[in-house]
Amino acid sequence: MTIEARFLIERGDFTLDADFIVPAQGISAIFGASGCGKTTLLRAIAGLEQPARGYLKIAGEVWQDGERFLPPHQRPLGYVFQEASLFPHLSVLGNLKYGYKRLPPEARRVDFDQAVTLLGIDPLLARRPQGLSGGERQRVAIARALLTSPRLLLMDEPLAALDRQSKREILPFLERLHEELSIPVLYVSHAPDEVARLADQLVLLEQGRVRASGPIGEMLTRVDLPLAHGDEAEAVVEARVAEHDDTFHLTHLEFPGGRFTVARKDLPLGQPVRLRLLARDVSLSLERQEGTSILNIFPAKVETLADENPAQLMVRLDAGGVPILSRITRKSATILALEPGKSVYVQVKTVALLG
Amino acid sequence: MLDEGDLAALWITLRLAGLTVVILLLLGTPLAWWLSRTQRRFKAVVEAVVALPLVLPPTVLGFYLLVALGPNGPVGGLMMTLGGEPLAFTFAGLVIGSVFYSLPFVVQPLQGAFAAIGRRPMEVAATLGASPLDRFFTVAVPLARPGFLTAVVLGFAHTVGEFGVVLMIGGNIPGETQVLSIAIYDHVEALEYGHAHWLAGGLLLLSFLLLLAVYVLNRRFKVA
Repeated sequence: MTIEARFLIERGDFTLDADFIVPAQGISAIFGASGCGKTTLLRAIAGLEQPARGYLKIAGEVWQDGERFLPPHQRPLGYVFQEASLFPHLSVLGNLKYGYKRLPPEARRVDFDQAVTLLGIDPLLARRPQGLSGGERQRVAIARALLTSPRLLLMDEPLAALDRQSKREILPFLERLHEELSIPVLYVSHAPDEVARLADQLVLLEQGRVRASGPIGEMLTRVDLPLAHGDEAEAVVEARVAEHDDTFHLTHLEFPGGRFTVARKDLPLGQPVRLRLLARDVSLSLERQEGTSILNIFPAKVETLADENPAQLMVRLDAGGVPILSRITRKSATILALEPGKSVYVQVKTVALLG
Repeated sequence: MLDEGDLAALWITLRLAGLTVVILLLLGTPLAWWLSRTQRRFKAVVEAVVALPLVLPPTVLGFYLLVALGPNGPVGGLMMTLGGEPLAFTFAGLVIGSVFYSLPFVVQPLQGAFAAIGRRPMEVAATLGASPLDRFFTVAVPLARPGFLTAVVLGFAHTVGEFGVVLMIGGNIPGETQVLSIAIYDHVEALEYGHAHWLAGGLLLLSFLLLLAVYVLNRRFKVA
C-alpha cells in the first residue's frame, strides 16, 4: 500500500514538478527550505490547488488523474493547517462535530471520545476558539481532522506557528497519534529536529522538485544529500529498551548493531525508542579502545566518504545494517587509512533519546 | 396626528422597503459572493454598475426606469404584449426602482464581509467534507453575519428614505404609490407643518434606531 503522487503546477516563475511514492503508513515528512513548494504540494494532494495537473493514488484508490479530479470535500483526508483555522462562530465541540457529523455513521472509524482523549481536549469542549491558547487550538484542529476518519492525514507545519512551550506540549500527542492510529500522515516541515523525531519516511523537496525520498534513517545519512552535511548532520537509530542497570542507574538500549548505554530512563522493557546520533559526536578507531570513558562502542564498516570542507570528511558507516554518520578530520582519515569496506569501531560520545 | 392618507403612505413605505430588501438579499448575496471571489477583469465593470446609484442623481435613475417601464419602453412594452399593464406608476414599478436604487447598499457590505472571511475557512470546511453549497451556508453566511445585518438595515433604511426615484416612476398616487417621503413633501407644500412634523420626526427616529441597532449588534458579533 503506497501513496503515489505526481503534480505539475506552474505559477508565474515558480514551477512545482513533484513526483514521489512513499508507503501508506507512518509519518512521511515532506521536507525542504521555505518556498520550495512543500505547502503547494500538500494543497495539491488535498485538491485545493487548481489547476493542478497530476496523478494521485492513495492505498490503491485513484483520487486524481488525467480525467478524474475528486473535489476536496470528496477526498477522505484530514488537513491540519499551519494556523489552527478553527471556525470562530462555533464552539470547540461544534468545530469537532463539523466534519464528524458529515460522515455517515458506518464510515466513522475514529471514535469521538477516543480522539478527544487522545488529544487531551476534554475540558475545552464548551469553550470558544478565541479563548484557547495556540497549542490548545492546534490540538483541537488535529482532533477535528482526525474525526473525519481520514485515509490520509495532511499536516502543514502544524507546529511552526507555535512557541516552544506549545510545541513541546503537542509533540507527545503527535507521537501518540502515530502509535495509536494507523492513519498515514504527510507532514510538511522545514525543521530538522521535528522530522528526526517524528518521521518514518522523508521526501526531500528542492525548488519544486523531489530530490530524493526514502526511510528517514537512510535519508539523513545519504552523503550525496545536503541533510548529511553541516554541524547538525545526524543519524537516527531505532532501538528497544533491553535492560535497566540499577547499580549504576543506567538503561541499555538494543539496536541491530549493538547496545547503547544511557543514563536511566523510566521506560518499560521492550519499549521502542528513537535515538539521535550527531555526526560530530561519533569518532572512529581501528581497534576497540580500552581505558576510555566512552561506553557506546560498536563495530562498523565504512560505506562512503564524502568531503565536508577542506579540513573534514563525512563518513557513512554500517553498524549491523543501521547507517551512522561520523564527521572526522581529513588527517584522521589518512592516518586510519579509511576506505569503503574497512572495518572500524565507532565511539559515540553522546546519544539523545528523541521524545 | 396622522390621517388615513399618512397611514396608507406608511404602510406602502414599509411594504416597499421590506420587499425590496428580500429581493435584494436573494439577488445581492450570490452577486456579492461572486464579486468577493472572482479575479476576472469583468468584475470591475460589475462593481461600477452596482455602485452607480451612489453617484447618480435619483432623478436620472428614475427617468430611465420610467422610460423602460412605461408603455413604450422595452420592459413596459413587453408587459403589454404579454397582456399585462405597463409597470410605471404601479407598486411593482416602485419595487423595481427601489431594487436598483438600493442595490449598492446591500451588495457592498455583503461583498466586504465575504472578502474578509478569506479563503481559509472555506478550504477547511471543504477538507472536512462540506460541499460548496453546504460550506456557503454553514461557514460563509454565519461568518458574514455582521455584513448581512448591515446590508438589511441599510437597504431597508435607504429604501424608506428614497424620494427622487419613487417620484419619477411611482407618480405619487395616494394609497397606491405614495410613500412617506413624498407625503411629507406634499404636507409641506400644503403648509400642513403639523403633519409634516409627525412624519418627519417619525422617520428620523426610525432611521436612528435602525442604525443604532446595526452598530450595537455588530459590536456584539465581533466578540462572539
